[in-house]
Amino acid sequence: MQFKLPLFPQQASTVAGQVDALYLFLVLITTFFSLLIGLLILFFAIKYKRTPERRAEQIHGSTLLEIIWTVIPLGISMVIFVWGAAIYFHERRPPANALEVYGVGKQWMWKFEYTGGQREINSLHVPTGRPVKISMISQDVIHSLFFPSFRVKQDVLPNRYTDLWFEATQPGTYHLFCSQYCGTKHSGMIGEVVVMKPEDFEAWLGSGKVEGSMASNGEKYFQELGCITCHRPDSGARGPNLQGLYGRPVRLSDGRTVMADDNYIRESILNPNAKIVSGFQPIMPTFQGVVTSEEDMLQLIAYIKSLGEQSGQPLNNRTTPTMIRDNEVPNIQQEKKDNPQAPAGKKP
Amino acid sequence: MSTVTISTPPKLEMPVKHYLNDNYGIRSWLLTKDHKRIAILYLLTLTFFFFLGGVFAAMIRLQLLTPEGTLFQADTYNKLFTMHGVNMVFFFLVPSIPAVLGNFLVPLMVGAKDLALPKINLASWYIFIIGAAFALAALVSGGVDTGWTFYTPLSSGYLKTHVITLAVGVLIAGFASIFTGLNFIVTVHRMRAPGLTWGRLPLFIWSNYATSIIMVLGTPVLAITLILLALERGFHIGIFDPKLGGDPVLFQHMFWFYSHPAVYIMILPGMGVISEIVTCFSRKRVFGYSFVAFSSIAIAVFGFLVWAHHMFVAGISTYSALVFSLLSFAVAIPSAVKVFNWTATIYKGSVSFDTPMLYALGFIGLFTVGGLTGLFLAALGLDVHVHDTYFVIAHFHYVMVGGMVMAYLGGMHFWWPKLSGRLYPEGWAKLAALITFIGFNLTFFPQFILGYMGMPRRLAAYPPEFQVLNVLSTAGASILAVGFILPLIYFLWSMKYGEVAGPNPWRATGLEWQTSSPPPTHNFDHTPVVTREPYHYGEEDEEEVPVVP
Repeated sequence: MQFKLPLFPQQASTVAGQVDALYLFLVLITTFFSLLIGLLILFFAIKYKRTPERRAEQIHGSTLLEIIWTVIPLGISMVIFVWGAAIYFHERRPPANALEVYGVGKQWMWKFEYTGGQREINSLHVPTGRPVKISMISQDVIHSLFFPSFRVKQDVLPNRYTDLWFEATQPGTYHLFCSQYCGTKHSGMIGEVVVMKPEDFEAWLGSGKVEGSMASNGEKYFQELGCITCHRPDSGARGPNLQGLYGRPVRLSDGRTVMADDNYIRESILNPNAKIVSGFQPIMPTFQGVVTSEEDMLQLIAYIKSLGEQSGQPLNNRTTPTMIRDNEVPNIQQEKKDNPQAPAGKKP
Repeated sequence: MSTVTISTPPKLEMPVKHYLNDNYGIRSWLLTKDHKRIAILYLLTLTFFFFLGGVFAAMIRLQLLTPEGTLFQADTYNKLFTMHGVNMVFFFLVPSIPAVLGNFLVPLMVGAKDLALPKINLASWYIFIIGAAFALAALVSGGVDTGWTFYTPLSSGYLKTHVITLAVGVLIAGFASIFTGLNFIVTVHRMRAPGLTWGRLPLFIWSNYATSIIMVLGTPVLAITLILLALERGFHIGIFDPKLGGDPVLFQHMFWFYSHPAVYIMILPGMGVISEIVTCFSRKRVFGYSFVAFSSIAIAVFGFLVWAHHMFVAGISTYSALVFSLLSFAVAIPSAVKVFNWTATIYKGSVSFDTPMLYALGFIGLFTVGGLTGLFLAALGLDVHVHDTYFVIAHFHYVMVGGMVMAYLGGMHFWWPKLSGRLYPEGWAKLAALITFIGFNLTFFPQFILGYMGMPRRLAAYPPEFQVLNVLSTAGASILAVGFILPLIYFLWSMKYGEVAGPNPWRATGLEWQTSSPPPTHNFDHTPVVTREPYHYGEEDEEEVPVVP
C-alpha cells in the first residue's frame, strides 16, 4: 500500500484552472452554508436546551425571512449557473486551428489515429500549447473518454461522432479513463495521455512507421469500394460531387438543409436513403455490412474531408433551383455549429 | 417538619386488544387488509432487502481495499454494484418510508380507520413480493451486470446475464409503488377526519402526498422503458441499439425521466419525517408551515423537469444542457427553504436530545452537504469533470443514506412505540445514532475527494494513488455497518423486554398519538374531530414539561 494521499488532481490543460476556480468557489459556498446551518443548529439546540423554567416560544413564521432565504440562494445559484455555463460553452466549441485526432472506443480499449496515419492503443500523445480536438465514435456500447488532469470528458456513442477538445499546458504523463461503465473489463479500459513539448511531439509523430495518411488510405478504400463510379465531379454523374463537400450545407430533396459533417457522411454511406441530395435519385446501395470497422469509416471520411480542403468548386454538380448560394453558407454553418442536434435544417 | 411524598407515575399497561393480537395465525397476516399489518409486512420485507443490499455494499468496499481488486473477478464485482444499486433503489429506498411508515401512519394521521383502498394496499405488497422474487431469481441464477441504470446498448445487446428477469422484477415492483401512491392520494382527499383541513394536515402527509403524485405519474414511464428494453433484448426490436436502428441516448432520456423524480420519491417522505420530529422535540410549531408544505409540491413538480442533468456529457445539445442546468438549480431552492425552516423551528424551542432528534439533526447536517454538492453537478462546466466519478457516488449517498436512511431510522425510533407499544432502549439507540453518523461521514466524505481526483465510478480495480482514500472509506463502512445492525437487535429485544410506551410517550400532537399504542385494528374508538392547527405545542392544555436529567 502506498501512503500517498493526493487531494487534488494535477492541472494540465487551459480549462483545468477555470474548472478548479469554480470548484473552489463551490467548496467555499458549501463550507459556508454547511457551517452556518450546522453551527446554528448546534447553537440553538444547546442554548434552547429543555429546562423546567422555560417553555418554547411559539413562532408561526416570517414571510420576510422566507423571501430572504429563497432569494439569496436563488441569486447565488444563478451566479454558479452562469459561471458553469460559460465554461461549458468554452468546452463545447473546439477552436478552428485544433489538431485533429480520431478516437474509437471498443470493448475494452481506446484506439487513436492522427491524420498523418499514426496509430496508438490506450495511449495518446499530444503537444502543449495547441488545441487538440478528438472526434470519437464507439464500435459497440457507450464509452466515455475522460482526462481528469484536463477536466474534460465526453461520452463516446455508437453510430454517432462526438468530440471533445483541450489544450494541454504541462508536459507529463496523465491518466485517461473510460468513465462510462461498458461491461466486464471496464476498469481495464484505461490508458495514458503523454503531453509533450511541440518539438518533441513533432519528433514523436515522425518517428513511427506509418502506412500512409488517413486521407490516402481512405482514397484507396474509396477506389476499392467503387464509390468513384458514381461520385464523379462531372455533370453526368449519378451521385453528388464530393469535391468541396465537407463542411458545407447540403440541400435535400425534401427541402431540408443539413451540414456535410462526419455524421452526415457516415449516415450517407451506411443508410444512403435517409437523406437524398436534391436533384438525385435514391439509387445508392447501403454499405452496412461492407464498411463495418469504425476505423475504416474514419479513413473514408478523412478522404472526403481532404477533397473539401483541396477544392473550391461548387458543391452540386447539377444546377438545380434549390442550390445553396455561397453567401448563405457562413450563416448556416454558424447555426449548425451552435445547435448541432437541432432538427436538421429549416424548410426553405 | 413536613413529609415529602414522592408520587410515582402510574405503571403503564399494554392495551388489552390491539392490531397485533386482534387475531393470530399466518392467514390473519397474509390476508389482512389492515394498513398497520401491511406496514409490518413491508417492514419485514424491506429490512431483508436493506441488509441484503448492505451485504453487497460491504463486498464492494472490501474489493476496493486494494487497487488491484484481488477479492472478486471483474464480472463478479460488476454484478455486486448492480445488485447493490437495484436492491437499494428499487427494493428499499423507493418503497421504504411510504410503504412502511406511510402505510402505518397516513390513516392514523388523517383520523381514518384505514386507507381508502385496503385491498389495493394488500395487493401492493403481493405485487412487490412478486417483483422481488424475479429480482432474487435473477440474483441466484448468476446475477446481472448492467449497473442499476441499465444503459443501452450494453444491457440490450451485449451482456449475457439475466437482464430481462431483473427488468421484469423492477417493472412489477413499480406497480406496488403506483398502488401505494394511488391509495395515499385518495385517502388524503377523501378520508380526512372532520375539521382536518388541508392547512391542518401534518407535514408528513404533505410530503407523502407529493411523493404519491410522482409515484403515480413517473413510475409508468419506467415501466414503458423497461418493456422496450426487454422487447429489444428478447425480440431484437430496434429501439435503443443503433445496430437495430435505435438510439441509445433515447434510453437515457426515458430512464431518467422516471429515475430523477424517483430520487424525490426517496427523499420527500424523509423530509416529512424530519418535520414531525423537529417540531416534537423542540416543543414548537413548525416555522413557516405553508412554505414547508408547498416546497414539497414544488419539488415534485420541478423534479420532473430536470432529468437530462444526468446527460450533460452524453451528447445532448449545448442549449438543452443549458435549460436543464438552469432548472436543476431551481429545484435546489425548495430544499434549501426546508432546511432553513427546520433550523428556525429549533430557534427558541425547548430542545431535548432523544434518539429521533439526534437522527433528525444528523439528517439536516448531512442533507445540507448532500444538497449543496448537488450544485457542483448542476453546474455545467464542473459536471463535465465530476460526472460518472466518485463525486457523484458521494453526493448521492449523502442525500440517500445521510438524508433518507437517517430519516427512516429517525422515524422508526419516533414511531416504534406506536408500532410495537414498547420503548426501545434509549442509551443503545443514542449510541447507534452516533456510530451511524461517524461511520457515514468516514465512508462517504473521502469519496468526494476521490471523485474530484478523477476516480471513475464502477471500477473493479483502480490506480494505486487512490488507495488511501479508499481504505478510509472501507473503514468507515465497517463502522456504519455496526450503526445499522444495532437497531435491528434492540428493536427486536424491545418487543419483549422494552418498557410499555403508553399512547403518547413523546407528548406529540398528531392524531396518531391520540389512540392507544399499539392502536386497535379500527384505529380510533371515536372518529377524532380536529379543531386546531398541527403542531400546537406549548398551548394551555399541554402538560408540564418534564426535565430531561
